[in-house]
Amino acid sequence: MRYSGIRQGAYVLLGLGALAAPMVFPAYQAQLAVLWLMVVLALTWDIMGGQMGYNSFGNIVYFGLGMYVTAVVQRDLFFDVEEYAAVAGGIDAQLSVLQYFAGLSLGLLAATVVCVLVAALLGSGILGLRGHYFAICTLGLGVAAGEIASGMDYVGAGSGLVTPLYPADADSRGAFFYFYFLALATITLLTLRGLYARRFGLAINSIRDNEDKAEAMGLQTTRYKTMAWCISAFFLALAGGAYGNLIGFIDPIDVAFAGSTLGVWMVLMAILGGKGTLWGPVIGAAIFHLTQEIFWTYLLGWQRVALGFLIIVIVVFFPRGILGWFRERRHRYVVAQDASGDPA
Amino acid sequence: MTILLEVEGVSKSFGGVVANRNISLSVAPGKVVGLIGPNGSGKTTLFNSIVGYHPIDAGSVTFSGQKISRLRVPQIARLGLLRTFQQTHIYAKMNCTKNMQISAATRDRGLRHMFGRVDAEVTGKAERLLEFVGLYPKREQLAGDLSFGQQKLLEFAMALMSEPKMLLLDEPTAGINPTLINGMIDRLKKANSELGITLLVIEHNMRVIMNLAEHIYCLAHGELLAEGAPEVIRGDQRVIDAYLGAH
Repeated sequence: MRYSGIRQGAYVLLGLGALAAPMVFPAYQAQLAVLWLMVVLALTWDIMGGQMGYNSFGNIVYFGLGMYVTAVVQRDLFFDVEEYAAVAGGIDAQLSVLQYFAGLSLGLLAATVVCVLVAALLGSGILGLRGHYFAICTLGLGVAAGEIASGMDYVGAGSGLVTPLYPADADSRGAFFYFYFLALATITLLTLRGLYARRFGLAINSIRDNEDKAEAMGLQTTRYKTMAWCISAFFLALAGGAYGNLIGFIDPIDVAFAGSTLGVWMVLMAILGGKGTLWGPVIGAAIFHLTQEIFWTYLLGWQRVALGFLIIVIVVFFPRGILGWFRERRHRYVVAQDASGDPA
Repeated sequence: MTILLEVEGVSKSFGGVVANRNISLSVAPGKVVGLIGPNGSGKTTLFNSIVGYHPIDAGSVTFSGQKISRLRVPQIARLGLLRTFQQTHIYAKMNCTKNMQISAATRDRGLRHMFGRVDAEVTGKAERLLEFVGLYPKREQLAGDLSFGQQKLLEFAMALMSEPKMLLLDEPTAGINPTLINGMIDRLKKANSELGITLLVIEHNMRVIMNLAEHIYCLAHGELLAEGAPEVIRGDQRVIDAYLGAH
């Protein structure tokens, strides 16, 4: 009882802190927005990687695809493609407030539809692979997506795509994206909490623990696996679509299909916090993002080395993640208490 | 219907090794039938062939009047024909109750079912069955922390949870300590008599199988060697030779 009171108090504090943050640190709005983006990335990776035991390195595909679809819809609704390419980022590309948000909303909507469909298609194709084979296959997907985007003139090929300018000053832009990503992270977390408490959660956990058994028991494993990937893709599309607008310029390999940065980080963050737990990815994302910002600020030039060192520390000392480490300790404590309290 | 499971002329080879050659057997509903044979005689391969784990080379399998030779594992499981494994297969990082809840019969296949809550009825049944196998006090424990024998009991309870018509049990008492074996035999008999589940049991422990089965098939070198009532099998010279290595 007391425990649940503390927990509720912590939620309220966290919520208030999150709402107040952009007012308290107005200079860091963009970084704080990216923090919530990281939370979304880690949470969506953990659906497959943590709860279902399928290590996917291809989730970045939906992030990038969502980004491109959103930007393309925003562009094609109001501009001629060639004209837009000619004036990219110029003053002529200015939209009215109404146009901008209409384009963004429709773009995000289209992005979710496309990404979920692609996930269903790819999933029914390659989710028959297990273990390392699946991981390697998804790694290929991410690389392939980046290469394809780099070759398509319609989306600017290798020179990238500029998203429409935000129709107001920089402060309100930062605040808008901060609250967008905060809302997205919150909705993702609540949705997953609900799903994990239902039959869906049990089913993907059973696939993680013993897929042969789940099949032998008559569970429709392929449907659950594909559905899990579609759910990841849905939230990743919403994340990617807005991130493209936050950055303002979509480079196919460095921003959209950024497998070597965001694609790897989403895995690391989930593992750091504790994969297969609800709050682990959130904690992992927060610590990771904070450390990374500190490295950039104080260890410039060595930030990648420091990041590599952090990764080694995570893997060696916290193989089950921070939350997993605490749970293990608590478990041991409880077992020790039981043993000392019970003479039998 | 007088036959629940009908295996007709099933053959299966892996490369040049013939694991099953032209095996036929039939199980009537409500019966307990045994399948014995020395190590490597093809018992587990036959189980795998029946439940669709791998395609068979020849012959046919019929369950409840329906040809299942070409169906896959989950489809066959949903028809009510389930197998358990020789090595325990449980969901190690989930607690016992959750292991049971996800094993509940899944006739409903819609999205509402996928994303639905586990209803109280299912949880109640899970707890009753855990009580039945004696694991109720351990329901909150992770299945992976149970002893091997307890995991076997849990796996058996999970099978019952999905309300099968027929269970194929691969050595249900192997690795269980001798005092627990009697409990396991009682529970198998109860599942058969009270829940009406037909059983086909692979077993090496002769005391167990003679006690349990009404009819026994014996395999050796991938072929059906003998069949009959337990007393008949016990006295069959060919069976004794197969076990003692006269071949």
